[in-house]
Amino acid sequence: MKKLLGIAIAIAALMVLLQGIKDLPPWGDPGQPASLHVSPRYIERAVGETGVPNFVTAVLADYRGYDTLFETAVIFTAGVAVLMLLRRSRP
Amino acid sequence: MIEIILSKYNYWIFAALLVIGLYSMMTKNNLMKKLIGMNIFQWAIILFFISIGAKRGATVPIVAGAHGHDAHTIVARAAEYVNPLPHALMLTAIVVGIATTGIALALLVAIYKRYRTIEEDEIIKELRK
Amino acid sequence: MIREQEDVIIQTVCRIFIPFMQIYSLYVLAHGHGSPGGGFQGGCIFAASFVLMAIVYDLNEVKRRFAEKIVILFFSLGVFIFAGMGLLCLLLGGNFLDYGVLSTILPVDPVMARYYGIAAIETGVHITVMAIMVSIFLDLLTGGLHEKAVEEAYDRDNTQ
Repeated sequence: MKKLLGIAIAIAALMVLLQGIKDLPPWGDPGQPASLHVSPRYIERAVGETGVPNFVTAVLADYRGYDTLFETAVIFTAGVAVLMLLRRSRP
Repeated sequence: MIEIILSKYNYWIFAALLVIGLYSMMTKNNLMKKLIGMNIFQWAIILFFISIGAKRGATVPIVAGAHGHDAHTIVARAAEYVNPLPHALMLTAIVVGIATTGIALALLVAIYKRYRTIEEDEIIKELRK
Repeated sequence: MIREQEDVIIQTVCRIFIPFMQIYSLYVLAHGHGSPGGGFQGGCIFAASFVLMAIVYDLNEVKRRFAEKIVILFFSLGVFIFAGMGLLCLLLGGNFLDYGVLSTILPVDPVMARYYGIAAIETGVHITVMAIMVSIFLDLLTGGLHEKAVEEAYDRDNTQ
């Protein structure tokens, strides 16, 4: 019973995804919306403004440094949570 | 119709991975298998984002031969380099996935210590007693 | 992994291999500006060297080289370095995490000041990720009780 319900929901999810895939731009198109608004600005000015030839590091650590700070906080919280879950002092 | 299927075959693979992960999370009995289904789901999303940023005939997003003091003379055209923004966002997503998986595994160890089993129906039977 | 292993070939090879892994992780961290790499990747490789040491040798060997108090200190040291750089830029007059104003205390122009700011925060991320990976691995391996797991493993061996 659970398996039939699971298969039905999975096929429904697949149909919804196919409707979305039909409208995506073709693969590798340089004019697609993901490569248009702020990304050419990062590529053209990263080496001149930061002096770092690797665009991914410049975006991650300089232009989007705030995201990296809180992502470090997330992994710190995960470490503390594992510590709290598993270490108990029982006499 | 056939052109639509054949030209976007990479998105089909990611959709298949997503549905496999969703099915595992819903129907499997063992808690560890549910956790691995969640991991597969998340990697399908990450691969989909990275494949959006590709460009035909472009190279990796690193400028060759630029160091420090002669940085002002480098000219980089946007059509020659792969979009670096999805790569940076997905590095954060991978690390968040590691955090989630680590905490879920710690919860599994704690559940095993308390109930001595990881099968979901046996745990529910214990709880209802 | 918990009690002592005695396989000569694997232990000899890994004794040479582990320092090379650690130097490679520092190389990946340092060349993050010019080739793929950076803080997260280097931290995971460094933690993998400790995982290899736990698999091949005893659990006590890892504890002897990387004590528990220092692991927990490194958790917060990395986040402290990162947020500290941001606060330093705030105190010098710019925005939070705006590394251009570091050129007032370092003898370089604003473009190279951003370069050095990026290098400093990647070091902080490396330290935190390394400590977290080692800590999560050791906790999951022993189920939370570190010294008691070693004692119970030896007791089980002696009573059988």
